[in-house]
Amino acid sequence: MTGDWMREKVLPVLTVVAAIFALWYGAAIWMNSSWTLAQAERAGKTLTFTEIVKDTMSQSRPKLPAPHQIAAEIWKSTVQKKITSKRSLIFHGWITLRATLAGFALGTAIGILMAIAIVYSRTMELSLMPWAVISQTIPIVALAPMIVVVLPKIGIEGRLIPKAIISAYLCYFPVLVGMVKGLRAPHREQLDLMKTYNASGLQSFLKLRLPSSVPYLFTSLKIGIAAALVGAIVGELPTGAVRGLGARILIGDQFGNPMQIWAALTCAAILAGLLIMIVGLLQRITLKRMGMAE
Amino acid sequence: MALMEKPLQNEQGQGADCPKETVIRARDLDLVFQTNDGPVHALKDVTLDIDRGDFVSFIGPSGCGKTTFLRVIAALEEPTGGEIMVNDLTPDEARRLRAYGYVFQAAGLYPWRTIAGNVKLPLEIIGFTREEQEERVKKVLELVDLEGFERKYPWQLSGGMQQRASIARALAFDAEILLMDEPFGALDEIVRDHLNEQLLKLWERTNKTICFVTHSIPEAVYLSTHIVVMSPRPGRIHEVIQNPLPRERPLEIRDTPEFLEVAHRVREGLKAGHGYDG
Ligand SMILES: Nc1ncnc2c1ncn2[C@@H]1O[C@H](COP(=O)(O)OP(=O)(O)O)[C@@H](O)[C@H]1O
Ligand SMILES: [Mg+2]
Repeated sequence: MTGDWMREKVLPVLTVVAAIFALWYGAAIWMNSSWTLAQAERAGKTLTFTEIVKDTMSQSRPKLPAPHQIAAEIWKSTVQKKITSKRSLIFHGWITLRATLAGFALGTAIGILMAIAIVYSRTMELSLMPWAVISQTIPIVALAPMIVVVLPKIGIEGRLIPKAIISAYLCYFPVLVGMVKGLRAPHREQLDLMKTYNASGLQSFLKLRLPSSVPYLFTSLKIGIAAALVGAIVGELPTGAVRGLGARILIGDQFGNPMQIWAALTCAAILAGLLIMIVGLLQRITLKRMGMAE
Repeated sequence: MALMEKPLQNEQGQGADCPKETVIRARDLDLVFQTNDGPVHALKDVTLDIDRGDFVSFIGPSGCGKTTFLRVIAALEEPTGGEIMVNDLTPDEARRLRAYGYVFQAAGLYPWRTIAGNVKLPLEIIGFTREEQEERVKKVLELVDLEGFERKYPWQLSGGMQQRASIARALAFDAEILLMDEPFGALDEIVRDHLNEQLLKLWERTNKTICFVTHSIPEAVYLSTHIVVMSPRPGRIHEVIQNPLPRERPLEIRDTPEFLEVAHRVREGLKAGHGYDG
């Protein structure tokens, strides 16, 4: 049992991870070596291969930091900093997470409500659906600065709400599409059965359409939460932001600090992974409780 | 079988003693579907009386309007001509009074509800009290021989058991008319024989009016008091055969000359109506 599990689940994942690390180290050596060689030439030294490799892994401003350098940077800016410190990645991560969750909640609510409107009204479908599709063709990087700039002008203070709106903008669409599909999942006979019971519209919705949509909803939520995180980070990129993972990436870039960029990027990736895992776990628990999974 | 506990002899011949009461009365019923490929005449001049307590089978090749007729009775389809009354009401009025229990070909149980939960569904919608819901679920699950499976989910049951649960669901709210559209079509023959036997006993016990669509001649002959032979394009009734077999029918009756004679008549009817492709 556990042997199989190791072979079928853990081993492939570890293989891929190992391959990524190998590639990464290779790329770091290759990309950073030009700096190493330039320095050596200026000093009139010739370096052995081992010396080159060693140097490419320990530059303070490498083109591509090696994984262990990023790990060290993350360690430094999480465990070794107070959570309230402006240099703590946990602090910045929390800022981003807050906006992500707010945007996720807003986007999910909008997506579900629009899906209900579309499924129950042909007019709504004809008028809303094209706009929903168009909304996703506008690049978010073009829209985000507008939202960040305009909202304070109409009296909305702070960064949280504009970021949450950008998040919601990215997150609502997958939820909408999944929910429309889910609410339409009951086939004709299932709906007819409700009719033979003389069920009301609300009863058909609560007892048939809504439960039918749950598996679809969760699949969408996994995409939605990742999209919400992207939205929150994009919302932190426009100039002026000083807090959040997006701002760390931007500031790191402006000040030529690759470690900071890569540490923030890695944190964002870890956060995304954790969020998707949590939604996946909720999905498993919910479907199991509903009797739809073993 | 659990359903056999009570002897049923005294119910024999009941149809002869009681005055006939027409439950479903169809007159010159027409139904034309407008499709992209032009009109489809699904029902044409269908005239039929079904009395209380009848077990009526509808048999005929695919596309001859069997399902459509059942759906018209249940007010799921609106006829384009003719007239149909159910308990002297329109089908839609009868539907609102929950006169029908409908059993579809696929059991169609909700995967997120247990067997008891599925049977409870119509009871919740109709608004029975909790105690009454429990009581009825217990009663109908016993009736279809599924006691002990209340807490199982549909996927944990075999196809035949799922179909019995869907029959229990249709029985739960005491609809007088049971409409069954090829309920055992997807099951293998052994399970099917068993369910046919059970259905017959259930009908004896509850004295419901049953309309039963089937593809199988032996099934139609074994179960019914009347066999309606239909023919396609346009869908119409070719012949109604009154089944002379006694009401009490052990499975072995299917080997008797009387049974084979009725089956032969049905087959001839199908041939005359339009080649039987089932
Ligand atoms: N909703 C519908 N729209 C258009 N045509 C239909 C519809 N339902 C049934 N039909 C057509 O009506 C005819 C009778 O169908 P049906 O009653 O399902 O036959 P049966 O159940 O005897 O196989 C068929 O030709 C079928 O294609
Ligand atoms: Mg059919």
